[in-house]
Amino acid sequence: MINFEATELRLGLPGGNHGGEMVGKNNGKRGFSETVDLKLNLSSTVMDSVSKVDLENMKEKVVKPPAKAQVVGWPPVRSFRKNVMSGQKPTTGDATEGNDKTSGSSGATSSASGCAAVAYVKVSMDGAPYLRKIDLKLYKTYQDLSDALSKMFSSFTIGNYGPQGMKDFMNESKLIDLLNGSDYVPTYEDKDGDWMLVGDVPWEMFVDSCKRIRIMKGSEAIGLAPRALEKCKNRS
Amino acid sequence: MTEEDSSAKMSEDVEQYLKLNPPCSSSSSSSAVAFANKSGTFKSSSPPCPEHVLENVLENVLQFLTSRCDRNAVSLVCKSWYRVEAQTRFEVFIGNCYSLSPARLTHRFKGLRSIVLKGKPRFADFNLMPPNWGAQFAPWVAATAKAYPWLEKVHLKRMFVTDDDLALLAESFPGFKELTLVCCEGFGTSGIAVIANKCRQLKVLDLVESEVTDDEVDWISCFPEGKSHLESLSFDCVESPINFNALEGLVVRSPFLKKLRTNRFVSLEELHRLMVRAPQLTSLGTGSFSPDNAPQGEQLPDYAAAFLACKSIVCLSGFREFRPEYLLAISPVCANLTSLNFSYANISPHMLMPIIRNCHNIRVFWALDSIRDEGLQAVAATCKELRELRIFPFDPREDSEGPVSGVGLQAISEGCRKLESILYFCQRMTNEAVTAMSENCPQLTVFRLCIMGRHRPDHVTGKPMDDGFGAIVKNCKKLTRLAVSGLLTDEAFSYIGEYGKLIRTLSVAFAGNSDKALRYVLEGCPKLQKLEIRDSPFGDAGLRSGMHRYCNMRFVWLSSCVLSLGGCRDVAQALPNVVVEVFGSDGDDDDDTVTGDYVETLYLYRSLDGPRKDAPKFVTIL
Repeated sequence: MINFEATELRLGLPGGNHGGEMVGKNNGKRGFSETVDLKLNLSSTVMDSVSKVDLENMKEKVVKPPAKAQVVGWPPVRSFRKNVMSGQKPTTGDATEGNDKTSGSSGATSSASGCAAVAYVKVSMDGAPYLRKIDLKLYKTYQDLSDALSKMFSSFTIGNYGPQGMKDFMNESKLIDLLNGSDYVPTYEDKDGDWMLVGDVPWEMFVDSCKRIRIMKGSEAIGLAPRALEKCKNRS
Repeated sequence: MTEEDSSAKMSEDVEQYLKLNPPCSSSSSSSAVAFANKSGTFKSSSPPCPEHVLENVLENVLQFLTSRCDRNAVSLVCKSWYRVEAQTRFEVFIGNCYSLSPARLTHRFKGLRSIVLKGKPRFADFNLMPPNWGAQFAPWVAATAKAYPWLEKVHLKRMFVTDDDLALLAESFPGFKELTLVCCEGFGTSGIAVIANKCRQLKVLDLVESEVTDDEVDWISCFPEGKSHLESLSFDCVESPINFNALEGLVVRSPFLKKLRTNRFVSLEELHRLMVRAPQLTSLGTGSFSPDNAPQGEQLPDYAAAFLACKSIVCLSGFREFRPEYLLAISPVCANLTSLNFSYANISPHMLMPIIRNCHNIRVFWALDSIRDEGLQAVAATCKELRELRIFPFDPREDSEGPVSGVGLQAISEGCRKLESILYFCQRMTNEAVTAMSENCPQLTVFRLCIMGRHRPDHVTGKPMDDGFGAIVKNCKKLTRLAVSGLLTDEAFSYIGEYGKLIRTLSVAFAGNSDKALRYVLEGCPKLQKLEIRDSPFGDAGLRSGMHRYCNMRFVWLSSCVLSLGGCRDVAQALPNVVVEVFGSDGDDDDDTVTGDYVETLYLYRSLDGPRKDAPKFVTIL
């Protein structure tokens, strides 16, 4: 029987044991190698076998669906109708913009102009057996997004892990801290095909430029850290 | 053809047949018989082949047979009947464009005048299918262009149609009369312009909920000068401005125009002008139903008078950007209305009341849930002839407010006893209300309830919605189409399997506990043709339980369930006449959607001609 605690799939700060030391060293500028000390809770092989176990369980037992996260095509209202309705709603700037003269989009992907009513991106998490897709236009902040993602992928975690860690994840100012000891890092592919850390840019810009999201293992995110660091440096 | 016409024609034919049966002097055989073929010319043969006599009689009889089910049955009797039926079939219906190849169609039927063709499955409407999956009209138009030069009617649903396809259509069929495109895409205003210009016999041009790109072509001006044959022109889904003067000119020279559905770029003033020009209209799509912003120099047009003058209007839709203060202008036609579509208009109960209380003859009513339970109660109080009701959500999100509920549903069931078809979006529902509808509306053939919050139980009792849907399948003995939602256990599906003996279409989402549910349905519903399921815990065992059925079904769709590649492959190998497609929800080539064995979407359908050759890379045909 697998020791579930040891094999816990975690999405954020593991809680005091790893990140503690690093967080303390908050004296401004740091070299990259010092900052990023990513520690994995699990070795890859254990991870893979865990996800296989997941898949087996799915096949045999009832799969509880992910908790309330936005899903594609639900409720089942055709894009044409959705676009007409969204054009009539008062524009509060969060969900959609007015659709005065745009031709109705099919809504399948929304790499079209910013007036599209939906912005579906696929979200994958390393080790999870399948992807989900979400509509970024339904969220107003990184906080909203992190709540949704954590609920969505919490069904893949074993143990009592809750969404708390994920929230910290997206907090822009804690970005550097999070890279220490975190096992999973949310990243996204932008319009230019570059992979960036989620949280780098203002929310609206993120929604416009994000094509897909990948919650990747910390070890693979190492290469992305410098960009984030530079941006933080530039801001402070 | 009316009954009188057809019986007159029948007796004419019989008379002809009898007349041509004189004693034949030159023939040595005493049983020489002369008979007429379809075109009425004489043909005598000696000795006659009994088969030819029979075939000829058959031809004359079969031309009156229009129902495709009857024709299919006739074609199975024997080869001779198959042949004659093929010769006399003028209209063909193809429910799945991939169930056969165009070549097979043209080989069997030689005299088609009308083709109805459906492409993508319905769940494609909800972004569950990647773009460029298929269903192209191109091979069909190419084949039929050569085979049926006298083709008159094409009706497409969920097909991918290009401007080139439309151009080929316009060039190939000189007698072309009717084009209807429902939920299609791939073409633009330039394609429409070619149709308008080249199809000189055009009677019907209906674009319904299709995506039409704006090529900035003034397609309305492309209709030729002179009297037009137009009877129906619908372009409410075309999201680009039109040349109003050209439209007005077209309407003026279309004396047979009965149905006109304008898009939202036609203002109230412009609508008024059109109505004045075409008082013979029976069906009107009102465009924006709001005035121009231009300042009014003269008096405001008398909109109510225009509606009063259009005595024949029985069907109203549009109201895309309506202004409440003008809504009452439609009052003069309310008493005659049989169909009213307010489903793009954010109408409150207060706005609805004065209108609906006069709509005694309404049979079809579509609206947004903005009319609330109150509005539904008003409908129930007045619309005793209601046959079809559709309530769409103004705010189509899972956690929106939900202004309609079981209260409205129950009221409708009590007031509208003749109800046959209902589509109802809501946030909360009770088994009691659904059961009440099952008892009050025994004529229901279509029951589609969408409780938008996933897995929501009865909001009063907290129990699953099993009993409500169970009552529907048990009491509504004519039910052919069912869509379920809310919290549902396997028990709901056991009811469906037990009582849903006439169900042809079943839609399931986020429901059930196990493969048993799928088994109940596949083993219990003998008439099931179209099964679409998403996000439900059904796996390979459930899929396998339907093996005996798939050859007799149009399609099965299972997405985000728990199927494995192996399980799907088993089906593919066991059933060579069934095409099994698997794909992810994205059209990307990098294949991390299907990690290992997991199947995100399964779409299977019977086919006479094997796997299609035009499948894109992201589709795997097992």
